[in-house]
Amino acid sequence: MSEAYNFAYLDEGTKRMIRRALLKAVAVPGYQVPFASREMPMPYGWGTGGVQVTAAILGRSDVLKVIDQGADDTTNAVSIRRFFAKTAGVATTTRTTEASVIQTRHRIPETPLHEGQTLVYQVPIPEPLRFLEPRETETRQMHALAEYGLMHVKLYEDISRHGHIATTYAYPVEVAGRYVMDPSPTPKFDNPKMDDCPALQLFGAGRERRIYAVPPYTTVRSLDFEDHPFRVQTFTEPCALCAARGHYLDEVVTDDAGGRMYICSDTDACETRREDVR
Amino acid sequence: MYVAVKGGEAAIDNAHRLLAEVRRGDPAVPELTVAQIREQMALLVDRVMAEGSLNDPDLAALALKQARGDVVEAVFLVRAFRTTLPRFGASVPLDTGAMALRRRVSATFKDLPGGQVLGPTFDYTHRLVDFALAEDGAPETVAEAEPREDAAATPRVTDLLGRDGLIEPSPQDDGTPLPDITREPVDYPCDRATRLQALARGDEGFILALGYSTQRGYGRTHPFVGEIRVGTVEVEFVPEELGFPVPLGTVQVTECQMVNQFKGSRAVPPQFTRGYGLVFGQSERKAMAMALVDRALRAGELGEPLASPAQDQEFVLAHCDSLQATGFVEHLKLPHYVDFQAELELVRRLRAEFEAGREAAE
Amino acid sequence: MLRPGFRDPVHDAQGVFRAVLDALARPGTIHAISTHLDPPEPLTPELAAIALALTDGDTPVWLDPALTASPEVAAYLRFHTGAPLTDDPARAAFAFVREAGRCPPLAAFAQGSPAYPDGSTTLVLALDSLDVGAGLRLTGPGSRGTADLALAPMPPGWPGALRENHAGFPLGVDGLLTAPGRVAGLPRSTAVEG
Repeated sequence: MSEAYNFAYLDEGTKRMIRRALLKAVAVPGYQVPFASREMPMPYGWGTGGVQVTAAILGRSDVLKVIDQGADDTTNAVSIRRFFAKTAGVATTTRTTEASVIQTRHRIPETPLHEGQTLVYQVPIPEPLRFLEPRETETRQMHALAEYGLMHVKLYEDISRHGHIATTYAYPVEVAGRYVMDPSPTPKFDNPKMDDCPALQLFGAGRERRIYAVPPYTTVRSLDFEDHPFRVQTFTEPCALCAARGHYLDEVVTDDAGGRMYICSDTDACETRREDVR
Repeated sequence: MYVAVKGGEAAIDNAHRLLAEVRRGDPAVPELTVAQIREQMALLVDRVMAEGSLNDPDLAALALKQARGDVVEAVFLVRAFRTTLPRFGASVPLDTGAMALRRRVSATFKDLPGGQVLGPTFDYTHRLVDFALAEDGAPETVAEAEPREDAAATPRVTDLLGRDGLIEPSPQDDGTPLPDITREPVDYPCDRATRLQALARGDEGFILALGYSTQRGYGRTHPFVGEIRVGTVEVEFVPEELGFPVPLGTVQVTECQMVNQFKGSRAVPPQFTRGYGLVFGQSERKAMAMALVDRALRAGELGEPLASPAQDQEFVLAHCDSLQATGFVEHLKLPHYVDFQAELELVRRLRAEFEAGREAAE
Repeated sequence: MLRPGFRDPVHDAQGVFRAVLDALARPGTIHAISTHLDPPEPLTPELAAIALALTDGDTPVWLDPALTASPEVAAYLRFHTGAPLTDDPARAAFAFVREAGRCPPLAAFAQGSPAYPDGSTTLVLALDSLDVGAGLRLTGPGSRGTADLALAPMPPGWPGALRENHAGFPLGVDGLLTAPGRVAGLPRSTAVEG
């Protein structure tokens, strides 16, 4: 553990500020709490929000797992895991079941989370209405009035143009019947895992300076229409490595003649299944 | 048999070792010292200090060395260091009227008390490459006039105009605590102090382009350079336990007071308005561009129509920070294959439906 | 002589915060706060621990009359947190109530605004006892089905006042209930019967 910096890098004043924001976020599920994001020693857009949230909650007895695209061994996941191993000296793991805190970018683990776990999402654009209305002053008002008609119009325009809702990731959700929330750019495949989840879900957007949360056992509904109900992606083939069905798969190009194979994006779930088979 | 890619950790270590090697370049060429960068790349050091929001020439020079001369990367190093520093409080407002001047020009008067002081400037140099600089050798020494310490002899142009009420008064320090954009998230619409803080640390290229756009009609403000002054000012701080200001040292700054289009109403006689720029070190380009954008951002307050990018505070402030911009642009090189897979699946499905529809029609 | 604060400021504060976070995230569950604090009377170790963990120069703090009556309490909190004390509950980021039986109406505290519901007061109460059991019946985010919380004393006007507080969601105050060694959360998102 590096002695030059405080435990988990952040100074105590910054941690207090983030902790207060987290408490508000939990009390108002899905509402984006502004916070004074600090410059971190990694670039904005590379997980500074998630890193700040993790740094603010982490204690000595925590066991940390970090994934990017579902994998523990992607470079950014490796980099963030090493950052905390170095600055906080906490135990790290790749096992979803062993982790008390999981920081993620773009996926929710396939293995169901349990009570006592906290999932920390890295969020690039926390505002679900941002691409419909670029102005913060306007979107803040829409949230205040629960005026989400614009979002439904957008989804419906998709249907009239493509016959489907054309949003495949960062698919908007309604939290506890009130706030419309961006689930971060996870594929919509993962949206159902957010609903009634036993784990605490925390979201950190560093560059955009927002923190939000979904408490455990909270209703998270993907927006849809009666005649166009929400549906997740399905894969026709099982994972080529572990034969799992019902996992989210990565398409791997194996040659330049159209060769493809599909493997689990969640490396831990895939390895665990293969070990069980052995 | 396909084996999933592993070894991110080793790859990162190797990449960083390689970076250290290329940073040094050809070992047969002598290594740059921090002092050399500080002294001979002084304007670059100034820019890193300004955008890094930290007045420390040695640290900025070191950051430039570590960053292989990449300005944004050097700014990043300085900012990340800055956030770890304890914050004692805010200084007393700088008195730029009492600046020890190294350079001072006004475009609004031919001559004025204190005169025009050209100082060290690229202005009026002919941009011909000086091949003599490729050789080692000492430049001729010149006798520079001592910086003027008699501030009363060089009053600010805006103060001269203000005496006759010809320009709107400068806002006074009324003791209300100032916002600090490094400690509180910006809440729109935001006040001028917040905007100036963001502009002062904003990317020089972005601010320059926005300032330029106002000159070309996108939020025109009819600017005149009232005054640009470059020099050193004393920084004072009031410790709680003492209750009076104590000097902490001096900093070099560049200040630009832009004199803009006059305003008036039934109640107020016509008077010129102001745009303001202040940056660490010597950077007239940044200070002038900042003053243009500051004035453009006051459009709402001055009852001018809001139609141009430089007048839009959410647009300007949310995009002027080079670290935020570079981080988010460059994050696109991180893996996004999970999301891409989701899009791929949808596009394939839509194409299949499209083909099926066409075949059915035929 | 000023009483000492946390023995290990970094890890003690983290432990208290995680207990409070878990408490607010899972209303109806009770979480342990273990501190070695020995604050001046009548401040309880739990109130002190939450104050030291979460307040600082950026958070105006309101103290109830029982705490205000002791200058040692104000001196202790000022020294260890640097938080400015306010006598206006509507300006407080945190309010500490020693005598829960005389807790002011919830409407007296900051409620937040529709655009910024986070601008509300977190109310921290010291109770004599706090247990899982018949008393307040809680439902809402964080509760699996319903949860029951027994507290004594019951603050005046509760549970009706809690129902009104919840009816104003997303505005409203968030409650932290403490008793010796324990804390439970009562966020504004929780619906209360009882």
